[in-house]
Amino acid sequence: MPVPLEHVIGLSAVLFAIGTIGALTRRNLVVIMMSIELMLNAVNLALLGFSRAWADPTGQIFVLMVITVAAAEVAVGLGILISLFRNRDSVNVEDVSLLKW
Amino acid sequence: MSAAAVLFYVFAAMTVVAALGMVLNVRNTVASAMSLVVAMIALAGIYVILEAHLVAVIQILVYAGAIVVLFLFVVMLLNLRSDAFAVPRSRLVKLLGMVVTGWILWVFVRLLPGSLPAVKALPEGFGGFRDVGRELFTSFVLPFEVTSFLLLAAIVGAVVLAKRRID
Amino acid sequence: MVETAGPAADTTILRWIPLFPLAAAVIHGVLLGLLRRPLARRATYWLSCGAVAASFLVSLFAFSQLLGLPEGQRAMVDDVYTWIGAGKFSAEAAFLLDPISAVMILIVTFVGFLIHVYSIGYMDDDHREDKGFQRFFCYLNLFTFSMLVLVLADNLVLMFLGWEGVGLCSYLLIGFWYSDRWNAYCGMKAFVVNRIGDFGFLVGIFLLFAALADVGHPTVAYREIAAAFPSITDRLVQIPAWLGGGEWKLATVIGLCFFVGAAGKSAQIPLYIWLPDAMAGPTPVSALIHAATMVTAGVYMVCRMSFLYEAAPGASAVIAWTGALTALFAATIAIVQTDIKKVLAYSTVSQLGYMILAAGCGGYAAAMFHLGTHAFFKALLFLGSGAVIFAMHHEQNTDKMGGLWSTIPRTGAVFLVGVIAISGIPPFSGFFSKDEILLSAYVAERVPGHLWIWGIGVFTALLTALYMFRVYFRTFHGVTRVPPDQMRKMHEAPATMLQPLYVLAVFAALAGLAGLPQVYGDWLGIPDSNSLGHFLAPALPAGHGEHEVSHALELQLSLLAVAAASAGFGLAWWLYIRSPELPARMRETLAGLHRVLVNKYYVDELYDALFVRPLIWVSDRVLYRGVDAGLIDQVAVGGTARAVQAFAARGLKYAQSGLAQSYLILMVVGTVAIVGWLLR
Repeated sequence: MPVPLEHVIGLSAVLFAIGTIGALTRRNLVVIMMSIELMLNAVNLALLGFSRAWADPTGQIFVLMVITVAAAEVAVGLGILISLFRNRDSVNVEDVSLLKW
Repeated sequence: MSAAAVLFYVFAAMTVVAALGMVLNVRNTVASAMSLVVAMIALAGIYVILEAHLVAVIQILVYAGAIVVLFLFVVMLLNLRSDAFAVPRSRLVKLLGMVVTGWILWVFVRLLPGSLPAVKALPEGFGGFRDVGRELFTSFVLPFEVTSFLLLAAIVGAVVLAKRRID
Repeated sequence: MVETAGPAADTTILRWIPLFPLAAAVIHGVLLGLLRRPLARRATYWLSCGAVAASFLVSLFAFSQLLGLPEGQRAMVDDVYTWIGAGKFSAEAAFLLDPISAVMILIVTFVGFLIHVYSIGYMDDDHREDKGFQRFFCYLNLFTFSMLVLVLADNLVLMFLGWEGVGLCSYLLIGFWYSDRWNAYCGMKAFVVNRIGDFGFLVGIFLLFAALADVGHPTVAYREIAAAFPSITDRLVQIPAWLGGGEWKLATVIGLCFFVGAAGKSAQIPLYIWLPDAMAGPTPVSALIHAATMVTAGVYMVCRMSFLYEAAPGASAVIAWTGALTALFAATIAIVQTDIKKVLAYSTVSQLGYMILAAGCGGYAAAMFHLGTHAFFKALLFLGSGAVIFAMHHEQNTDKMGGLWSTIPRTGAVFLVGVIAISGIPPFSGFFSKDEILLSAYVAERVPGHLWIWGIGVFTALLTALYMFRVYFRTFHGVTRVPPDQMRKMHEAPATMLQPLYVLAVFAALAGLAGLPQVYGDWLGIPDSNSLGHFLAPALPAGHGEHEVSHALELQLSLLAVAAASAGFGLAWWLYIRSPELPARMRETLAGLHRVLVNKYYVDELYDALFVRPLIWVSDRVLYRGVDAGLIDQVAVGGTARAVQAFAARGLKYAQSGLAQSYLILMVVGTVAIVGWLLR
């Protein structure tokens, strides 16, 4: 393994953290969704790191599944976003707080 | 340090910078999307270093090539320019957030070494399409088929959601 | 104590005695209450009267069976099923027929039957809007059932069931015309006062049971208690300091507790107040419940527990004196009452006083004898007054009567029989039974001041004759105060009402023969003339009276009593026939005394001020407004609600910001916390 496993995991953690901060901080729904994609990628990286370390192809299979699911999720999510935009003319997350007290 | 290691760190740096660029870029949504592409591609490079060749290719084809493109389509369709929605947050809160995040990461990094099992040797052809393909169609054939259904449902859902009018 | 019957008698017939009226009551209840399909009048009376008649016939048969048994073994037990079974303790639903209960069931079913027949005519009157014909008979049957259970029970617990049952039925029947609030109030008063007595009764039962269980006999059945009683006769019990302190005999304490119950049911001081107001119920109710049966339950109970009272001379003394004072007290009130039923009510209290007096002096047989004769003549008097009230179109005030002999002589005649009987004028029954009572008081050495008690009894006999003849004269003789056209239209009660009266009159006149004291028996050449006394003797402790006094003394005492009664009669005749203007003048001169008597010594008002008002005040102010509406509603329930609401509205609400990101933050924090804790 070219680099120690810890470094791979560390990178994954950093990317995950960045993705979380983006999802929690930004107001633009599109950017929020992109941050979620980043989080998914971070997870993929971790999976592949372990797969390489322990010579287990299961990790890679799993990553394929994650990518597939991410694709599906993005499709549907953006569909919802478009509907939302058509109704409210805004993709600001603060404008969709209908469950507010 | 081997060439692979150097490459790893280079790509890692690229990924982090691109990710930060995506998250911190407030004014231009398209620029955010482009940063995401860069991050994806850098990650694909890392995947190759980690001997996950098929996955790396799929990453570029699907993730960078389709998913982010989809994001760009939507941004352009909705004509979203800037994220004029930034909420001014006090410096103190930003500082505090950074400190906390740094601390969590540092604790994590400190704890991790020594807690992982040993690295094993790799068999020949690991990560190539033959190996992955065999696994995919034997041990994991069920999840494989189920994801096809998932994609079908997603397609139908997306079409219905994005239609102009439901008749 | 009496031994159990041999195989010669079939005891399962006993259960039918209370079951017939119960069945009738249940049928009425189901039809009227559940199915809402009332029966036709004729069907109703055939069912109800038939049920009681059936009970009477079975009672007669059982009685004959009992007589067939040898003297020392007259007891038949019918154990229907085990009602309560808990370890070693069991309370059976079982009926005991022994001499005491035999006398009682005969009286209850016979007089009860006559009153049921009478009610056919009386309740048929369309005077009140709520006719409730069937409901009345349902309650009457239910009452008969309860009374029979009370009397036939072979243990204290089942007796208590009957005890409560008659209390309930008396409430239902007194307040029968409930659309008039006053009637409902009277019913409630009867029930509540009875309840106070019941509390004493229960405490007595508990004490007795606890003591018996202590010595290894956890039982409530009379025969077993009587057998085990000698082992606890000498127990002492410590009275708590706040009640006076000191050590008393347990038997005395139990006896007093039981007597509280008897005082409630049998209307003695201080719990008699419900009986006069119970006259708000229909007259047949007054006759059945408040003259012949329910009120005698207390006397019955004391006689049942005679073995206990023999061991508790203190309690017996209290009982004797209470009875005597009650008799006198009630008689003085009766002298000035103008409502015909009120006079009879106070008369009942007074006569019950006589019975209780006898029981306290050890003359249990005398008490039972008077119970029987009283049932006949008091029922006769009440039903007779009912006939008068019926003829007077529901007018009850003697001030508005007078000279009715000319219009309703038959009613007058039977009423007169009753009056003579109750006054104790020979040869009618009241004379014999009252004499037995007075005799038992005379010889009761162990009751302190027993001669005073005898004196009070004699004086009260005078008062009794006085007020009874007063009522009779004011109603049937003298100048009439009834408007002439009403007089012209007045007619006798229908046959269904008069026939029971004739039957009762015969018994009121002749029942004395059942307990004819030997002194007269000797005159008439009848050996063992006191059949009732002999019949009851094995079931009661060694009797007093006849055997301890010479015949000569007995005759002298009787003569004194007759003299007193005659004096009362004479006084009444003089005041109400001879010089009718005298009572009015006496009323003026003794206005103060008269007012006190008419207002029944203000006892009701006293109780009202001492107990009722404070209790209502506490209930309203403290318990209702303070605790219920205040503490529970406002503070506990309302307060909790308000606290939750405040917390939610002012605090928790803001957590629902509607922003997905805030929720997300919480999710992240939570996840980090959980994972961190798992990895600790």
